[in-house]
Amino acid sequence: MIRKNIILLFFTSLLLVNCGGSDDESQSDDIAPIAYDRAKMLVHWADKIILPAHSSFKQTLIDLDNSTKSFVAVPNQSNLDDIRSKWLISYKSWQHIEMFDIGKSEEIYFKSKMNSYPAFKTRIENNIMLGNTNFDDVSNYSSQGFPALDYMLFGIASDDTNILNKYTGGYDYSNYLTSLVNKMLNSTSSVINDWSDYRTSFISSTDNTASSSVNKLINDFIFYYEKGLRANKVGIPAGVFSGNPLKENVEAFYNKEVSKDLLLNALDSTIKFYNGTSYDGLSSGPSLKSYLTHLNSSKDGSTLAALIASKLETAKSQINMLSNNFINQIESDNNKMLVTYDAIQSVVVLFKVDMLQAFSINVDYTDADGD
Amino acid sequence: MNTSNYLEKKYSSAPLAVFRIGFGLLMCFSIIRFWFKGWIETLYIEPSFHFSYYGFEWVKPLDNYTYILFIICGISAFLVAVGLKYRLSIFFFFLSFTYIELMDKTTYLNHYYLISILSFLMIFLPANASFSIDNLIKKRSYLQVPKWTIDSIKILLTIVYFYSGLAKINSDWLFKAMPLKIWLPSKFDLPLIGENLMQLEWVHYLMSWGGMFYDLLIPFLLLYKPTRIYAFLLVIFFHLFTKVLFPIGMFPYIMIMGSLIFFDSSFHLKIISLLKKIIPINFIKSNHYKIVEIYRLKKPKFIVSIISIFLIIQFLFPFRYLLYPGELFWNEQGYRFSWRVMLVEKVGSSVFKIANKKTGSFFYVNNEDFLTPFQEKQMSFQPDFILEYAHFLGDYYSSNEDQVVEVYVDSYVALNGRLSQRYIDKNVDLYNEKESFKHKKWILPLKDEIKGL
Repeated sequence: MIRKNIILLFFTSLLLVNCGGSDDESQSDDIAPIAYDRAKMLVHWADKIILPAHSSFKQTLIDLDNSTKSFVAVPNQSNLDDIRSKWLISYKSWQHIEMFDIGKSEEIYFKSKMNSYPAFKTRIENNIMLGNTNFDDVSNYSSQGFPALDYMLFGIASDDTNILNKYTGGYDYSNYLTSLVNKMLNSTSSVINDWSDYRTSFISSTDNTASSSVNKLINDFIFYYEKGLRANKVGIPAGVFSGNPLKENVEAFYNKEVSKDLLLNALDSTIKFYNGTSYDGLSSGPSLKSYLTHLNSSKDGSTLAALIASKLETAKSQINMLSNNFINQIESDNNKMLVTYDAIQSVVVLFKVDMLQAFSINVDYTDADGD
Repeated sequence: MNTSNYLEKKYSSAPLAVFRIGFGLLMCFSIIRFWFKGWIETLYIEPSFHFSYYGFEWVKPLDNYTYILFIICGISAFLVAVGLKYRLSIFFFFLSFTYIELMDKTTYLNHYYLISILSFLMIFLPANASFSIDNLIKKRSYLQVPKWTIDSIKILLTIVYFYSGLAKINSDWLFKAMPLKIWLPSKFDLPLIGENLMQLEWVHYLMSWGGMFYDLLIPFLLLYKPTRIYAFLLVIFFHLFTKVLFPIGMFPYIMIMGSLIFFDSSFHLKIISLLKKIIPINFIKSNHYKIVEIYRLKKPKFIVSIISIFLIIQFLFPFRYLLYPGELFWNEQGYRFSWRVMLVEKVGSSVFKIANKKTGSFFYVNNEDFLTPFQEKQMSFQPDFILEYAHFLGDYYSSNEDQVVEVYVDSYVALNGRLSQRYIDKNVDLYNEKESFKHKKWILPLKDEIKGL
């Protein structure tokens, strides 16, 4: 009797499963799948944001490289002005790709090599003296990239005349300058070249696993916003983590006048990525914001998407109230820096707590059972 | 009169034997699995700081000796399975397993707690009465054991299911389909059902209500003979389905195995005879030992009273939350050890501010300097974790110099898809607050109401 019942139950459930199966198929034929189209989002990220940002960045480096060549050949004031302006253009462009620490970038420690600050002055001077620097050595991360160029173009002497003297007085400084720019160009080329292969696997990795493109890039994005932007550019120099301000830790410490400009570029790139605005700013596509709105997992879902957008704008207006020169700002009124930090921090909470809850993504990979 | 009659009732010893074997083997496998996943290292040895249960601060990982603890635990589980020195083995299993669980509450899981209390219960049960190596050593095997010894396991499992069903009777679970509305759509990568079924709102509601009814009814469907077989098939389906959906480790297998206890002895005798066919027969030939009709407990009154007290505590303990004001899911006072399984979705962010009492200068702590990502995640939304960590930080930063510090926290938590709100009063110096069983007044109330049990 029982056996009969089991058999009956077995076949009924088989039937049910089959029905379910055919239902699913007819559904996917007629109606588009209801899940958010992550593949489309990845394609948009790759083709409209990441790749254009990288190639545009590379162009700025090529310009910088050309200016470097002219400057090294003829180290005069007008060439110095030129290389400085190309450095700034490139540094601003960099702010739009630092967050994409994925694939080759992650593998070669791209962001550490491009933008570890404060620059390690004594180490740089040492490298210049010895020549033949190994830029892949971890201990040289803070003696290369934009912060090292900042030192080379603004910090090696007290004024422009003396800076120019360093370059005319022998080849050591010129050589180091050239090798810095070469290294940056090489790393960038290898990242971009790799993307032509990597793109395929990047856009197909849509799973909800720790290693999938979507989860990794969202984690990278939040990590960048929290560390690269909030902590490095504002929190650490303002003394949030140390008790007393560390003004030598501002970004572009030797130039002094562009820290705010760089921060605004970084925030803009964050806002654009969140909104799904293409790199050229002309179009928009699937984004974290539209994903949040789609999920609408709670009544607050749409509110959250808008709340993040508006808090990012608040952070931007706070930054706009700061002096261009963060060293001055810290010395004269560090409280403004702290208020700015709080405005940026409030979005960290919305990203890490509310957005990740809605996406049901873990903050980085935690390997343990749940119940 | 009735009670003593009940206590005199006998039943076949087979169900206990099968339960013992299943439990021992699953535990042994769990320990090996835990080891192979590298979790002894990442959860117990690598972290420099561990979160303790109140009153058990002295229970800490033992550096590399922690491995020995797991070896003891694994071996005793195996000895339980084969029934060698059963009472001593299950006692050591209980001790070592419970010690492991007490080392760091970051890893708290309801099913670990279940294993702890189940193994405690098993210390007092004659689970080696038959089909055990102890039978060969003592040269006697028992056909029957007091019926209540089997029933005590059934009661415990009934509590587990029924209480986890009761916990689901709340407005978030039933009327907002929360947190399944968050969890299920994130399973879009499941084959067949991920892209469509898991995204549908009615499916979220169906599974919320279904889950509640399942938990409330399944123990009774298992107890009632005509529905038992269907209930068991449902148990298998339910637990394997949740296994597909959620990373819940060994829990499904433990519950499926545990449910076998509800079957009649004929079923268990079949399993035993099947096992006898697999295992070398000579070894277990019945002429090696005398068959005794009834197993008699040595101190029946003592054991019955211990188990009665144990079960009464199990009945009452989950309701201790009623002693605290405020929303249970938010304050988490009386949340653990109460069969609230996969019940809420909670995420937090807690950043600590260390302030110098004299100068008023302050700075924020990088949690990564002291905690693993897993610890930080768990700490960020649980008040007792936040307090313990605040004290650790206070001690750490005041031991540097003879300065007096205050510890504040900037804490935000989101519960079941609500927007995050501030969790802890940012003006309270947590270094000055003591852990206790009293209500923690510095938890800010949830700005919403969840109705229900």
